[in-house]
Amino acid sequence: MAADTRSVAALAAALTARDTTSETVTQACLDRIAELNPALNAFITVLASEALAQARDADRELAAGRRRSALHGVPISLKDLIDVRGTPTTAASRVREQHVAADDATVVRRLRKAGAVIVGKTNLHEFALGTTNEDSAFGPARHPLDPNRSPGGSSGGSAVSVAANMAYASIGTDTGGSIRIPSAMCGLVGLKPALGEIPTDGVVPLSTTLDHVGPLCRSVEDAGILYDVLRGIAPGTPAARPEPRRVRLGVLRGYFTALLDPQVAAAFEALCGRLRDAGVELHDADIAHATDLAPVYTHIVLAEAAAYHATTLESRGDQYTPNVRLRLEMGRYILAEDYMRALKGRGVLIQEVTDALKGRDGLLLPAVPVPATTIGAATVGVGASDEPVRNVTLRLTQLFNVTGHPAIQIPCGATVQGLPIGAQLVGHRDATPALLAVARALEPAFTIRTSA
Amino acid sequence: MWLENAVQDAERRALPDLKPLLEALALATSALRTADWNDDATGESGARRPADGR
Repeated sequence: MAADTRSVAALAAALTARDTTSETVTQACLDRIAELNPALNAFITVLASEALAQARDADRELAAGRRRSALHGVPISLKDLIDVRGTPTTAASRVREQHVAADDATVVRRLRKAGAVIVGKTNLHEFALGTTNEDSAFGPARHPLDPNRSPGGSSGGSAVSVAANMAYASIGTDTGGSIRIPSAMCGLVGLKPALGEIPTDGVVPLSTTLDHVGPLCRSVEDAGILYDVLRGIAPGTPAARPEPRRVRLGVLRGYFTALLDPQVAAAFEALCGRLRDAGVELHDADIAHATDLAPVYTHIVLAEAAAYHATTLESRGDQYTPNVRLRLEMGRYILAEDYMRALKGRGVLIQEVTDALKGRDGLLLPAVPVPATTIGAATVGVGASDEPVRNVTLRLTQLFNVTGHPAIQIPCGATVQGLPIGAQLVGHRDATPALLAVARALEPAFTIRTSA
Repeated sequence: MWLENAVQDAERRALPDLKPLLEALALATSALRTADWNDDATGESGARRPADGR
């Protein structure tokens, strides 16, 4: 059977019309996983029998005229950081070898209630502390277009599962860019909602004040469908989609465009041109303290991660992958006074992003400065310089974890080698529905899709 | 002083590979400590009042 590249919305329409069944498409996803997972390593756990049972239940309900939501009967995957009752939550770590979740995470309960079919749990950078998915007790997930490259991370397996058509969407987490980075590298839409909108209980934390849960999927419409389910309220009337000629965006320059692969820079400028052609009003914008962002982020994320892991580092330190262990240990040396300085800087950055949004519908910037990186590379060439992979991949996404503003990554181009390139739209704090409305209005201008 | 103590502690704990990471952290910490939003106890700095840091 050929791979099914339909969106969640298109599949939902087909299921409602009884043009196909949930069991049929779920079995196709499971077949695809069996075929591709040995090479791509996207899944840690495949829930075949459970998924087929859920699919048959969904079909029975649809046949009886009961449609729970637009996700009813749709096969999706979950990052293996999210609890599913009776199933291990490995966090891609040997540290959690004996773990079995006693209950569903709140987001899983909501997905079940919406009728989603969970086909399996996906690979990630161990404990979500990394952007390449390479440091995993289960080995690296691999990019569908080039298995020698990383799909990005930390939700790398989630991105691969959707890009390689093993699921129609996935639920990931994003603490510094872990939804948006792999979505950009694999040609998907990835939504980091506003801070605090989606519950994180039952999700293994990386950094309790920076963690976000959100979807990786094939369209902005799908991101909206999943967002509505994850936030647990019945979808109301969607925010009105504005005419592109009435949209005003701030284009973040300075720090945000100073370090870009030339092909990423060209794709971004081409996107700006298409948006202008569509009538969108673009004005340059800047964040004065953007150069202080990395120290602020580092001191918050590592201090909070170290607090969670300290006991386990003492008792089972050798069971972490070496790189993740060292980064967690590094966090144990951060002083309380420096953590507090970082929190104060966080407040400054929140204000500056909020100010940059005043009188505008959103901010626009590239998603990741480089296309998918080679597995095993510690550094990546960016123009004339050589940069640490971790620093460069986090560079454009981490700000909005620090500030809590919602951000969505949308594919906007590809390199000459065919590797995807993406850009982000950022919305007003606590206004994710309005961001989604703007993103849907502008999605045709982003257009060029390169999903594997 | 902080870096020296941290490196010594890492070596005592048989984590010598931590040294380059601590050196990188020290650079980040230095940047954080010299940022213009920091207070000083004299009350003479013009530190800005941040928004809710959640």
